[in-house]
Amino acid sequence: MVMRQQILYLWLAEGALDTETVGWAFHDGASGKGPPLPEAEPPYPTGLAALKEGWFLIQSPAPYSLHPGAEYEVSYLANEFIFERRIE
Amino acid sequence: MPATDHKLTTHEMARFVADGFLRFDALIPDEINRHIIEELRLLEAKKINLIVGLPAGDEGPLQPASLTPLSQCYPAPSLLGAMLNLPEVQGIIESLVGPDPLFDHDFVHRLPAGSTYHQHLHVDAVVDSTDPTFDIQLFYFPQDVTQGGGGTRFVPATHLRRTRAEGVGRYQHLLGEQQYSGAAGTLMVFHHGLWHAGQPNPSDIDRWMYKIRLNPSVSQIKRWNMEDFDQMHNDASDHTFALMRHDSVAQVLRTLQPWQKGHEGRYEQMQRARLWRYLSNDPVFDVDYYHTRIEQRGRLIMEPG
Repeated sequence: MVMRQQILYLWLAEGALDTETVGWAFHDGASGKGPPLPEAEPPYPTGLAALKEGWFLIQSPAPYSLHPGAEYEVSYLANEFIFERRIE
Repeated sequence: MPATDHKLTTHEMARFVADGFLRFDALIPDEINRHIIEELRLLEAKKINLIVGLPAGDEGPLQPASLTPLSQCYPAPSLLGAMLNLPEVQGIIESLVGPDPLFDHDFVHRLPAGSTYHQHLHVDAVVDSTDPTFDIQLFYFPQDVTQGGGGTRFVPATHLRRTRAEGVGRYQHLLGEQQYSGAAGTLMVFHHGLWHAGQPNPSDIDRWMYKIRLNPSVSQIKRWNMEDFDQMHNDASDHTFALMRHDSVAQVLRTLQPWQKGHEGRYEQMQRARLWRYLSNDPVFDVDYYHTRIEQRGRLIMEPG
């Protein structure tokens, strides 16, 4: 049986997995098989809530060095957590 | 609502600095809205001809070149020119980028009825400079756009984030994002850095939108209606964690969007304060003391022991 990935990105308010979700993206390699995402927006209120619903964390953001002169700039959302589910 | 001279108020300017956009519902009169789509249709055809290497054709308005002063773009009897020359529109433009800005480019965004075209979020052009100057982009919707009927999607307050144009496509949804819908004649004014995306048009009518980017040709300092400036412009002591005002520019700039939670919002406030320093020509302006605290200490190291 072929396993396919569902990938869920959650951008959280801070660097801790139990902080609030502020952004999200979903990519479904299983083409609709498997449990759907909750219809709520965001689908999970925190990263921890996604773990409790069966998502596996595959990447969390590491603290990064601050570049002198750019410490106060804002750019991409820093707190990007990536989860997967594997669907048969 | 802008001031009586059609220029923006200090409060509106502060909201633009905070959110990266302003919205003016049904600003353009129906006598322009009703007839302008024919001109947009001709302009769209000319632009597409040029893009694919065909002669532009003689019908429709003369297309301006980049760097043309706005006052020389779309002379009468162009309805686009009439729209851009409305005192209400000129007042908004002048408040943000000064008088007679330069034409950068424009485009007719027609979404056919039933279009499934779906853009990722993006920033126009390329990674921006680090200085606080900015261009504006006008989004003019000459027809009613129903909810979900192909209006532009955008994320308020993303305009001060320095990113690559395509790098923000990874964000499918952010809390507080909006999709435009509204009455005919509505004008949206975006800071050039605001993240936005075209959306499908499931409705049964084509959706027309005209977008024009304008570059300032003079300093952008204090170009708006200054009647409420002294009353609203705060000093650097306006500080949430000490004594704060609720009627100041700082209060507008500390109002965050739903996606700006946690400590991240403080860096956003610093960027907004930096932009307001430029616009107000006040190098010590601050919101919640973040710049001032650091600058105060920074001065000590310059002093002899």
